[in-house]
Amino acid sequence: MSTVKTLGSARRVRASHSLAPRRPFATTVLVVIGLLFALPLIAMVEFSLRTTTGHGLEHWTGLFDPANEFRYRPLFGGLVESLTLALIAIAIVILMLLPTTLLVRLRFPKLVRVLEFITVIPIAIPAIALVVGLAPVFGASIRIINSGTVVLGLIYGILVLPFAARALDASIRAVDVPTLVEAARSLGASWPRVFVRILLPVLRRGIVAASFISIAVVLGEYTIASLLNRQNLQVAIVSISRSDPYVAVIFSLLALAFVTVLLAVIGRIATPKRKVFDV
Amino acid sequence: MTQTGSAPVRRLSRTSGGAGGWGSAQRLIPGLGLVPFALYVLIFLLIPTVLALTTGFFNRSGAFTWDNIAALVDPTVLKTFGNSLWISLLTAALGALVGAIVCYALLSFSPTSRLRASVEAVSSVLAQFGGVMLAFAFIATIGVQGLLTVLLKDVFGVALYPGEIWLYQMPGLILPYLYFQIPLMVLTFMPALSGLKPAWTEANATLGGSSWTFWRRVGIPVLAPAFAGGFLLLFANSFSAYATAAALISQGSQIVPLQIRTALISETVLGRENLAGALALGMIVIMIVLMLAYSALQARTARWQK
Repeated sequence: MSTVKTLGSARRVRASHSLAPRRPFATTVLVVIGLLFALPLIAMVEFSLRTTTGHGLEHWTGLFDPANEFRYRPLFGGLVESLTLALIAIAIVILMLLPTTLLVRLRFPKLVRVLEFITVIPIAIPAIALVVGLAPVFGASIRIINSGTVVLGLIYGILVLPFAARALDASIRAVDVPTLVEAARSLGASWPRVFVRILLPVLRRGIVAASFISIAVVLGEYTIASLLNRQNLQVAIVSISRSDPYVAVIFSLLALAFVTVLLAVIGRIATPKRKVFDV
Repeated sequence: MTQTGSAPVRRLSRTSGGAGGWGSAQRLIPGLGLVPFALYVLIFLLIPTVLALTTGFFNRSGAFTWDNIAALVDPTVLKTFGNSLWISLLTAALGALVGAIVCYALLSFSPTSRLRASVEAVSSVLAQFGGVMLAFAFIATIGVQGLLTVLLKDVFGVALYPGEIWLYQMPGLILPYLYFQIPLMVLTFMPALSGLKPAWTEANATLGGSSWTFWRRVGIPVLAPAFAGGFLLLFANSFSAYATAAALISQGSQIVPLQIRTALISETVLGRENLAGALALGMIVIMIVLMLAYSALQARTARWQK
């Protein structure tokens, strides 16, 4: 009789003591928090549609009206500047970080930890603190390089290091790079050829992910640009918000939508398939 | 072709690589390949970091001084550090709590469900959604003309701002910060929570434990390091955030990042020339302590996630 009792209670216990909360509770929590998080986004859309008489597309169409060209020129200038900065940061990731990471993995395995440490420093040092030390370096390098955009791009290359390094690392770990390189080398391929014909194609997922996350970081950067007096997208959005808050909100929405697309693509490609030789 | 070649090739190159006195030359030439990146990191990361840490110890003419460092205990500066720590503590605690609740609610859906995948995707976007755009999102929501402000006033007759407009003051930072803190907690805490093994609840139930026993004796002890780690990450995240505050608060320097702005823009603050350096030093020291604690907790968390 006692066995029956124990069995019965054990079954009841197991049924009611699954880890997961009850479905109605879980759904309520998620719906409430989801709505709270949707609210600012809805508010931004509504705000951008406000007109003097009600709601309309006035502010959206006004953006591309030639009559407003002069007023919005700094904004589009900032956009071009930020895209250029993103390109420079991507160039650094592909031409400097990637070869260095591969070289360290292939020839200097003892330095792997050192490289990992270097690439996380930009997370540990807040941008607002780093800018104190960047200001004199910016001043000195601009005298040599003579282009504020290029110097700021070099600085942004540092800012994206933690994110880009992680993306590259994940795709390098998924492939047996040493074997591929040795195979290609023994068949007579030169180093540049190995890099362009073997490594770039095999690691393309990681490279695309690293580039996209770099674009996302650079397009959102405000701290360093504003304190070094550079006009990038975010600095331009802030300065136009004082005279035209609607356009500032529209650009924020567009930037958010763009970054969402970039991160969605990264999410798609970040799950590496086991097919390595599908070149 | 590549596939069939790999095995013999590896053996071949191993033997040729191991032969004789080539060692140093073979290392030297690839070593040169590290030089460009090393120089780049030196100039744009290591030198700025060292400068940020040390400028506080010098005056404008380059002479050593304790003057700026002494300013760190100036009541005004202490108050901004206090404000920064307070807002970080509050948003990290709330963010960690709400984030953990979201993770817990997600447990009742299958890990492969579309809902969980999309919550994770949205979280990764929103955790990145800082900066000035976030400030505009909240100006459009709870600004003086914001959607919620207007709705509350017109529909419910409730004034969001009976007194001063707190959105452009320190309290105005709380909601925007939570907007990126909660998703960040979801991203960091979800793996730990999914790592709780069903076998543990079964073992608990078989041994006669109640649900409460399970959480008290197994669940909470196992999850505690991950929760604390997430909390520290959130704390560091809001402690170092600048752009949202800069876009919302245009006057005054209530938190440390804003005081660095003031110190960088105006020549002298509190009668001192390199105060920004001292403030940066203070921030970095706090961040390093947070990061060390975080990595110690990570090591403990990883134990249960195999």
